[in-house]
Amino acid sequence: MTTATATRSPAPAPVRDVGAPTPRDHLRHVGALVRRQALQAKGDPQSMMDALLMPIVFTLLFVYVFGGAIGADGDRDRYTDYLMPGMMAMTSIGIAMAVGTGLNEDLRTGVMDRFRALPIARSSVLVAKVVVELGRMLVAFAVLLLVGLAVGMDVDGRWAELGAAVALTALFGTSLLWIFMLLGLLLKSAQAIQGASFLALMPLQFGSSIFVPVETMPGWLEAFASVNPLSHAADAARGLMIGQGPVAQPVLWTLVWAVGLTAVTAPLAVRTFRRRT
Amino acid sequence: MTRTTNGSDLAVDVHGLVKHFGETRALDGVDLAVAEGTVHGVLGPNGAGKTTLVRCLATLLVPDAGRASVAGLDVVRQPASLRRAIGLTGQYASVDEKISGWENLYLIGRLLDLSRADARSRADALLERFSLTEAAHRPPRTYSGGMRRRLDLAASMIGRPRVLFLDEPTTGLDPRTRNEVWAEVRRLTREGTTVLLTTQYMEEAEHLAGALTVVDRGRVIAEGTVDGLKARVGGRTLEIRPADPGELHRLLGALAQSRAAGPAAPRADVAEGVVHVPVVSDAHLTDVVRLLAERGFALAGVGTHLPSLDEVFLALTGERTAPADTTAPATEEAAA
Repeated sequence: MTTATATRSPAPAPVRDVGAPTPRDHLRHVGALVRRQALQAKGDPQSMMDALLMPIVFTLLFVYVFGGAIGADGDRDRYTDYLMPGMMAMTSIGIAMAVGTGLNEDLRTGVMDRFRALPIARSSVLVAKVVVELGRMLVAFAVLLLVGLAVGMDVDGRWAELGAAVALTALFGTSLLWIFMLLGLLLKSAQAIQGASFLALMPLQFGSSIFVPVETMPGWLEAFASVNPLSHAADAARGLMIGQGPVAQPVLWTLVWAVGLTAVTAPLAVRTFRRRT
Repeated sequence: MTRTTNGSDLAVDVHGLVKHFGETRALDGVDLAVAEGTVHGVLGPNGAGKTTLVRCLATLLVPDAGRASVAGLDVVRQPASLRRAIGLTGQYASVDEKISGWENLYLIGRLLDLSRADARSRADALLERFSLTEAAHRPPRTYSGGMRRRLDLAASMIGRPRVLFLDEPTTGLDPRTRNEVWAEVRRLTREGTTVLLTTQYMEEAEHLAGALTVVDRGRVIAEGTVDGLKARVGGRTLEIRPADPGELHRLLGALAQSRAAGPAAPRADVAEGVVHVPVVSDAHLTDVVRLLAERGFALAGVGTHLPSLDEVFLALTGERTAPADTTAPATEEAAA
């Protein structure tokens, strides 16, 4: 072995100036980094549990404890139909909140130095993170919807609309990923992010149409809840899934929010990432 | 594309490199020339600017002034191509702790645009070479310090780099692991890789490097071959500890009367109970030991020691340089 290597030792090939990576190179880099992130996620099933625990507990709590009281005419199953679409948006927030954690870990260890000394775009690392977390979201939605079906949600044959609702919420969730990615890069520690997020998100989650119709709220809260993007996302998914109420308007608003937030936060996150690494 | 700017085979070519961090001048006009296929040591205390220099050369930092090329490629204008020609192993193991050793190497192969098959076989080959095959499918957090450092080196070798940067590769390693790393570095150079190594240890520089650049506070304060610098600094010292401390002066006298004393005068350290003899060559060392045996001195200990970094700096600058724990240089290195 040793002798073989010693005799082989070819003179290093002359170095060519090959320039910046091509779009195909970028795709391959993101693919390789997605594999890394996915393996990390696989080795850490706890993080998936964390992502699923809150939504499932809330689903059970709201369906079984409050569902009979909240549902129209005390109809628990109809409340389940009302609740589940919004729970997807809530799930996506939970996953987005955790996204900064892994990123900070990469910055703290020498791994980022290694990546930066490689001929790849630095944004590849962020894009890979978003792709993997988006995958995590879709898995979480699937589990959540299975729980929903188990507790009485009725799809009523609207599978295509269900698919559209999932896609729309995932798109919305992606914009949340970029926001929390940016926060993760701006704040020092993972704990700081989670602490700050939790405080900011409680009013956003409950001051929305996820759990109850906003019309039942006092005027000032209704005003807040009707402009809350989470309400738009929940209304849009609900409109698609149960086929009642307005659909076009909340879908449009959700798209505007998702695209707008991504357009602002994604470039900022990439810029901050470049500066910090 | 050209091999080098001036036609000679320089793997690293640095002129007047400057890098500031706020008020601190981490690099204050550094010149450096590393010949192809050699091991070049950059020696200096904490905060001297060693890490900053390596990070500029590895395109992790953009210098404020001056120019630098590695493998004939400019660090500022051709970073993407340059990154294909280099490997970097920093002070902190830069491997992903959560995915297996094999996956770490495969990932880097793919990021270096190897095909899947090439990345796979390269990962296998390097794990074999660095004796990590058995640990290939475990995550590095289960590795020992030495295994982790070896994986780190393997990761730096994936792209068959022309120039390998090792930033204090043995800091914090136990002696056995340190020797493993040294053996690997020597093997890499035998195979034609150029190595730029930073270290705080004179001993490490002596073991590995043919040429040395000594830096302090962002400036080059001396350069030359290890032997040349040692000649300027003073080489090894032989420490002789007689079994009976009362014999200290008799021993010193015996040395002084014989030719074995050498050009520099031996001196006795009564408090320590040892005699220090500066030795100029292996033959000289042998002469001294032979004399001690002939005269029948009972000894409790004999040892040689290299000048410490402090002594090197003392000799090179003629003044005591700032110790490693002064705040300004320390933060400068941390900021890097």
